[in-house]
Amino acid sequence: MPKPWVMPHIVQRGDVKPVIAWSYRALAVVFALAMGGVFLALLGYNPILVYSTMLRGALGTPGMQKETLKLTIPLALTSLGVLLAFKMKFWNIGAEGQIAAGAIAASYFAYFQAHLPPAVLLPLMALAAIFFGGLWGLIPAWFKTRFGTNETLFTLMLNYIMFYFITYLREGPWRDPAGGFAAMPRFPKQARLPEVPFPFVGNLHIGWIVLILMVVLVFIYLRFTKHGYELTVVGENVRTARYAGMPVKKIILRTMFLSAGLCGLAGMLQVAGPDRQLTDAVAGGRGFTAVSVVWLARLSPAGCLGVSFLFAAMQKGCSMMQTEYRIPASMSDILQGIILFSVLGAEFFLQYRLTSRKEVVV
Amino acid sequence: MPETPAIELIRLTKCFGKVTACDCIDMDVRHGEILALLGENGSGKTTLTNMLSGIYQPDAGQILLEGKPVTIRSPRDAIRMGIGMIHQHFKLVDVLSARENILLGQAGLIKTAPEEAADTFGFKVDLDKKIYDMSVSEKQAVEILKVLCRGADKLILDEPTAVLTPQEIRALFDALERMRKECKAVIIITHKLEEVMAVSDRVCVLRKGVNVGTVNTHETNRFLLTEMMVGKPISLDVEHVDMPPGRTLLRVKNLSATDEGGRHLIQDVSFDLKAGEILGVAGVAGSGQKALCELIAGIEKADTGTIHMGETRIDGMSPGDITKQGISMAFIPEDRLGMGLVGGMDMPDNLLIKTYNDQKGFFLSRKAARIEAAEMVERLRIVTPGLHVNIQKLSGGNVQKILLGREINLNPRVLITAYPVRGLDIGASMTIYDMLNEQKRKGVGILFVGEDLDVMLGLCDRIMVLCAGRVTAIVESQFATKALLGMKMAGLVTDKEDEYA
Amino acid sequence: MSSFVEQVVAFLYAAILASVPLLYGTLGEILTQKAGNLNLGVEGMMYLGAIAGFLAGFYTDSLVLTILFGMLAGAFGAGMYAFLTVSLKANQNVTGLTLTIFGTGVANFLGEKTKLGVPVDTMFMSARLKSLMSPLDLGWLSDLPIIGTLLFEHSILTYLAVLVGIAMSMYLKRSRMGMNLRAVGENPAAADAMGIPVNAYKYGHILVGGALCGLGGVYVSMVTALGNWQPNIISGQGWIAIALVIFASWKPMRAIMGSLVFGALSVLRLYVSRDVADIPGALFSMLPFVVTCMVLVLSSIRMKRENQQPASCGINYFREER
Repeated sequence: MPKPWVMPHIVQRGDVKPVIAWSYRALAVVFALAMGGVFLALLGYNPILVYSTMLRGALGTPGMQKETLKLTIPLALTSLGVLLAFKMKFWNIGAEGQIAAGAIAASYFAYFQAHLPPAVLLPLMALAAIFFGGLWGLIPAWFKTRFGTNETLFTLMLNYIMFYFITYLREGPWRDPAGGFAAMPRFPKQARLPEVPFPFVGNLHIGWIVLILMVVLVFIYLRFTKHGYELTVVGENVRTARYAGMPVKKIILRTMFLSAGLCGLAGMLQVAGPDRQLTDAVAGGRGFTAVSVVWLARLSPAGCLGVSFLFAAMQKGCSMMQTEYRIPASMSDILQGIILFSVLGAEFFLQYRLTSRKEVVV
Repeated sequence: MPETPAIELIRLTKCFGKVTACDCIDMDVRHGEILALLGENGSGKTTLTNMLSGIYQPDAGQILLEGKPVTIRSPRDAIRMGIGMIHQHFKLVDVLSARENILLGQAGLIKTAPEEAADTFGFKVDLDKKIYDMSVSEKQAVEILKVLCRGADKLILDEPTAVLTPQEIRALFDALERMRKECKAVIIITHKLEEVMAVSDRVCVLRKGVNVGTVNTHETNRFLLTEMMVGKPISLDVEHVDMPPGRTLLRVKNLSATDEGGRHLIQDVSFDLKAGEILGVAGVAGSGQKALCELIAGIEKADTGTIHMGETRIDGMSPGDITKQGISMAFIPEDRLGMGLVGGMDMPDNLLIKTYNDQKGFFLSRKAARIEAAEMVERLRIVTPGLHVNIQKLSGGNVQKILLGREINLNPRVLITAYPVRGLDIGASMTIYDMLNEQKRKGVGILFVGEDLDVMLGLCDRIMVLCAGRVTAIVESQFATKALLGMKMAGLVTDKEDEYA
Repeated sequence: MSSFVEQVVAFLYAAILASVPLLYGTLGEILTQKAGNLNLGVEGMMYLGAIAGFLAGFYTDSLVLTILFGMLAGAFGAGMYAFLTVSLKANQNVTGLTLTIFGTGVANFLGEKTKLGVPVDTMFMSARLKSLMSPLDLGWLSDLPIIGTLLFEHSILTYLAVLVGIAMSMYLKRSRMGMNLRAVGENPAAADAMGIPVNAYKYGHILVGGALCGLGGVYVSMVTALGNWQPNIISGQGWIAIALVIFASWKPMRAIMGSLVFGALSVLRLYVSRDVADIPGALFSMLPFVVTCMVLVLSSIRMKRENQQPASCGINYFREER
């Protein structure tokens, strides 16, 4: 009998233990950093030196840690928002615009209702941000439920619309008459977030408490409430949801309102926290980064917190890199891209494996 | 000296994860022979033929064509080696015409080749019709023409009769006869014993991925084959429970519906369903069965007509509204993981789908569902590695038991089932029939959409036949025959303007 | 010629100029989607093409190398996307989005890096190279009134874009390969069963699609921006191109029309006088995006079988799927 030969081919593999899965992903991140290192080396830098500068820049001193945390807060909050939509398989790429919408609503109160006491003003700003962010997210959701309009592109277009709307406010109605160039005024003191101590790094704006609270709330919402159950079923299998008599349209609208509302809240924390004024950079690409965060965190709220922190550290580290080595800070986007590419690639090896010849069992 | 077989398989093996779908299978087919590959669902028939057509790569073993060992890396290779596969789930591009489908990927083929093949083998197909406008039997003709046009001399047909009326099956078998005369080697996959006996020269029986024997058709019979297939003597007779007719539970009157493109799904359908009755719905696939079930369940909306459940009119209501009316209706859809269950969730979460909203308040408790799941696993003998495994990892039979178990636990008055045994092996199918009969004894009215006419004649009290969305007959099963049902399914006799006639 | 007609001609001319990168992006994405892959990385590939073309032009001063490197860079981005989605079956949405983040990052990084490395105010193209890409002078043809300006006074990249559109239309409609491609995008399992090499088709068309997007980027950095590098140079044109694919119902000829409309929208601001309507500039910049939303909604309302996205778009194909 001729010797059997089997050509190498791809087959699906069974369940992979979580430990192994996560070590694959960690390995992918290490691989990505190595690739980033190669890229830096090609440009004539010493990657080890650059990376250690990055690390120092992100976490070296309490002051730097604080800056990293400041970047973490809006990113993580936005990720939580995006997570709700993604869990429902609603491709909300519009966090950028929803952050801006929330920031604008909050800024309205900061600029025009500043006579209110802070205890009223700040909650009002937060509520307005959630509400308007949410409304901005409802638009694509409504068209999706009514006509099946492609939400990926719709939410994306809304980002640009909101961006130019801020530009409009800056150049026109909300322009600071005192300023030389077109910019909006700084917030009055009562419209700024109070600072509370954060362990080891000193005072940090109160947003971090809001963030922790939201992580817990989103976790509970998804795991232990009827709403969370409903949106998961809609995400997994919308036909079954309809079959079971779930109000699918209502669920989509509600979830998108919450998703976008969280993003709006992130916008409010940004303008009333570190920015202290409304600028057109309020979202600053966080809406897109959040998509990567949620994906890497495998849709886990706590995971979003962790991945956001890492990305914020990377971003902070890259700005340190810029000052010390004159390496443009957009290096952080490149690194983010490479990390995602390699984790996306690693997923393949968790689902498939390559086999080739195998002895015939006799 | 025996002639060289067209196809010979030596110890062919294929695993999916931990499951061995084909385990060291030996088999051979000669030219001018029809070999029936018989086996239950999940016995490895399709996997085996997919290895021949280059879709799957074997993990071990050897394929010999005309006595020579070959490696079939892709469907392209298979085509080049003269192997033609007619897949159970048609591999056709909907938006292209029949001709375009046949010419796909065949650079050397001239545009009129499809006509010639159609003439030679006696197929009547409009080659410039788009696939999405075609009936199931037309699509199958296109599939076969595709293979013949490429000059394949080794044909494999995977469950070709599942979607055809008895008359269409006859025509298909005639075509197979012609192929046999042309000295082609033909493998036909089926799990229907009558067809094996009618058309094949030899039968190869698979059980759980193992070849349990190859026999000459004229030397065997239905009972021997069943025993080989199932592994033990088993009665194929479906129990019929006699019940006095109860009051009318479900009344459907003049129901019509169209799809988005304005084509009729069902037209002017009327019938009653009584307590303690099983009403069968027969028809060629795509005759409106799905629409009918989904209309009654409230998932789709009718254009005209009424549906009454007891005294309550339910057409126009959503599934949620129907539940709110206190009407208990269970629906087992045909594609379980496509609708009805959530493959990516565990068993308790799947049991909660229809009842989660009965819980008060904002939060959801899963405690009761976990207990219900544990109890159901025990009672229905569901094989699962654990309660918290995503159900898409379970076998089709177990998934079906979960769905049926959940729906029955709702204590329905009306039970709608669409192809409840599709994809199940005989043992599991028998369990499902028993569960339905038990509900019947409790006075539940059951609408049973089926495909196996023998089973329906045994199980059902009455059978309603659908053809192209219309009711062509409602007959008492004790007076019905397969031949009669087949004619009605094709819309013959009653419908003079029929397009299939 | 009255000044009004002059104004209209100038407006239409500017619209054509602005439509070219959109057209390249749209054509590239049509080809990609016809192969059953939804690539949200158009923006990123345009960035890659823009920076690669720019740097090639800046350092080599060669037209051919500018175009070649722009296309190669776009194809490189598409290649990563193809490797991840076709070979490694990664989620198409996330991969495309990542490509956009990555491409944007690389372009901005290299642009700034180059700026830091050369003397101040020297980072622009030579006049020679600029003139090679600028509108051609076709002699008496270009001197014709109105038509001369509108049809015969364009960059070679503009004519190339239209030619590619027409060729692609013929290819998809008439050729056997085009038909096979359609089968791959509609039903890869069926195509595979017919012996069409599905993955090769996917790779090929995704790569060519990426090269076209890269060319769109070259146009932006060399023609639109007149050879001066600016950060965030593409600013959403890639996304509009993806939406235009829907607007064009996956038909290259309609893409030419669609990109003209959007080109016109994006330059409208400069041609509506303050006396007619006093609309702030920012709101004008918003216009193409608002219209894109309306287009998305309208095209989701009118649904026709032949005019839809290839059925397998967004879903990866694995032959041994069970």
